[in-house]
This record gives sequence, structure tokens and C-alpha cells, in this order.
Amino acid sequence: MSPVLEMRGVSKVYGEGPAAVKALTGVDLSVESGTMVAVMGPSGSGKSTLLTIAGSLEEPTSGEVLVEGTSLVGMSRNDRARMRRRRVGYVFQDFNLLAGLTAVENITLPLELDGMRPKAAREAGLEALGELDLTDRAGHYPDELSGGQRQRVAIARAIVGDRRLLLADEPTGALDSVSGEGVMRLLKVACRRGAAAVLVTHDAHLASWADRVVFVRDGVVVDQTAPPAGPESLLAVETEPRA
Amino acid sequence: MSVRHALLALLSEGPKYGLQLRQEFEARTGEVWPLNVGQVYTTVQRLERDGLVESDDGEAEGPQKTFRITAKGGEELAVWLRTPPGDAPPRDELVIKILVALRVPGAAVEEILQVHRRHVVEMMQRYTRLKETADEDDLGVLLVADAELFRLHAVSRWLDTADARLRRLPRPKTPPAETKERPQATRQGADR
Repeated sequence: MSPVLEMRGVSKVYGEGPAAVKALTGVDLSVESGTMVAVMGPSGSGKSTLLTIAGSLEEPTSGEVLVEGTSLVGMSRNDRARMRRRRVGYVFQDFNLLAGLTAVENITLPLELDGMRPKAAREAGLEALGELDLTDRAGHYPDELSGGQRQRVAIARAIVGDRRLLLADEPTGALDSVSGEGVMRLLKVACRRGAAAVLVTHDAHLASWADRVVFVRDGVVVDQTAPPAGPESLLAVETEPRA
Repeated sequence: MSVRHALLALLSEGPKYGLQLRQEFEARTGEVWPLNVGQVYTTVQRLERDGLVESDDGEAEGPQKTFRITAKGGEELAVWLRTPPGDAPPRDELVIKILVALRVPGAAVEEILQVHRRHVVEMMQRYTRLKETADEDDLGVLLVADAELFRLHAVSRWLDTADARLRRLPRPKTPPAETKERPQATRQGADR
């Protein structure tokens, strides 16, 4: 089975000549179904560029991006936009909810834009809200919701329908630790159902939710974590209590 | 973790047998810090010697002996709960390693920082797995994992800060002589 996302030798250069800035150089990244990969690096390391290229919001200068085995190179703008709407869900730090739409309308808008009938879209939207325990907030506007609720609506919008690739940029934003943990648990549930997720962050706490962490520096992948040992291994770390 | 005070806390709920103390200690600390049986009995004997707990006269030693907290033990526990842990900065082996690396000619400090960053993140992944698999009401495990995650997070932030400080330094044109103070070390000291 091909990976949900595959990046092959992806480079991105902004500008030309002496003013050219290399944002990414020769990035290879493969994310399988059911897996969350975190891309970790300091500000300006190229991690957000990697995410926008993975989601086809931006084109690479060279290299190839494949989503579910289909290359985005040479795909028409319309086809790319359709693929984005149907297969890719985004979760951003600042939620990006439309203030003039209710929670359920925020979720159903992309479905309706994609041609789904309003009634079917609403049912799908309410189901997604129900899964995130937000049914009673369906008719509320974003400014009537708490930060944690707004982010859950954003996640419902990202996972509604048949989205296989979830792209998250610092998705817990300014939420407190326990609410942020709730967001990460929801993304993990989506992965267990078969989605692949890419999370970019500078925060080790957030990255530790991922199955694999790749470290980016100056636009280059420099390192990655080994597959994690199970939590049970922690119980045998020490036989004496700490002083 | 003070075993002594943890045992006093367990006895503050009511009299308990030695074996019961051990089992409850393990349950409360999320079984992350296993204790051997002998440690419970020797600690509780010392508490008895110090007048912080008492047992029934004439009872045989061993797992069935009942202990209860004394008034003095209750006071000791109340004071301990409110006493902040030591304020002196611990001797951190990682900090020392990086300070040493700065003085080793040709040492790839950025690469050394990354090796430690990867290790820290891998440890954090294990504690996050522990939280993911724990029951929501298993506060012992959740709080122990949170504490370790926040500690490791602080280490990762220190590594990031050290990295950022190093990157702001001008690259030396020639390797500095061993006897001279390296610019990195001087600058790092000045930046604090």
C-alpha cells in the first residue's frame, strides 16, 4: 500500500540570484496511513513551508509530492483544489474559523463547495461534532465558544468526510495543557481510523504525541527519532525510588 | 521522592499493616517507582524510632504488624507538604557535558545538542504513550507522567536556547588555542 503522503527530494527556493533563499533542500518524507509524524524545528527552519507544500497550497521548486500515490506535479489547478477539499484536512494554530458562520456551518461549507447536498453535508457536520462532544454547540458562532471548543470545531472540519491526510501547524495554539492534550488525543483517534497526520511544531511536548519525529534545520531533515519503546518499558527503568 | 513522608501520608488515613503500606505506595505512585518490601519495613521502623508512628505493643514484626501515625508524625507531614524542594540548582550532567563540549577543539556542539534533543524527545514519546494508555481516572500515572514530561520539556527548551545562542555567534576563522578562553564560553556567560 502506498503511503498517504510521500515527498521525494522536495526543495523550495524563494527569490532568484543572490537574493534567493533556500527554504527546503532535498526533503524526503513518507507518512503511512494510521501514523502521525511530527516535524520539529526552530522558527525559520522550513517546517511550515514543508506543510504548505505537503498540502499543495504551494508548489515545490523541484522534487515531487504524492498524495495516496498520485503525483501533484502536472495536476491542473482545479484537480489540485478538488483533491485538497476532499482528501486533506488542515488544523491551524489560530483555528481559522469563519466568524459569520455557526460551528456546523463552518464544517459543512467545504463539503457544500465540493458539491454535497446541504442536507447530507449538515448530517455529516453534526456527526463530526457529535464525535467531538460538541453537538450542543452546533448553532453557536465562534465568538460564543471557548478556545478549546473552537479548536475542536476546527478539528471536526479537518476530519469530516473522507479526509486521509491531516496537516496541523501548532494545532494546540494557546490552549492550556489539558485542553491541548485533548486536541492531540482527537488527532490520534483520527489516525487510528486510518488517516495520516503531519504535525509541525517547535514544541517537544506536542511532538511527543507523534509516532515519529523528524528534525528540520535550515530546510534540511537532519535527524529522526527511533520507533518508540512501549510505555511498559518505563516501569522497569528504576528499581529504587528517587531520592 | 521521600518514602518516609509518603508512608506518613498513607498512615494519615488510618492504621495500616506493613504489607498494605507497600501495596498502597505502589498504587499511588503509579507503579513507576517500585519499592522493595524491605525498604517499607526499614523506613517504618525508623519512623517508629523517631516517634512519628507507633505500633501495638507485643505484636510480632512483619507484614501483619499494624502502624498508626502519631501527633508528632502528623505535624512532620504537614510541615513537609508545605516545604519547597531545595532551591540550589542541581548539578546537571547535560549542562556540564555541553559546557565541556564548548571547550573541546573541533567538537560539533550543534550535533551533540541534537543527539541529546533526540534522546529527550524519545523519552517524552514514551511518557506520552504511558498517558495515552492510562485510564482517565488513574491520577497517579497521569501526574507522574506529566511531571516527567514537563521536566523533559524544560530540558528540550534549554537545548533549543543553547542552540540558538550558538548560532548567533560569529564563526571563528581559526580554531582557538586550547589555553585561551573560547569565544563561545565567554559569550554564553555574558548572555546569561
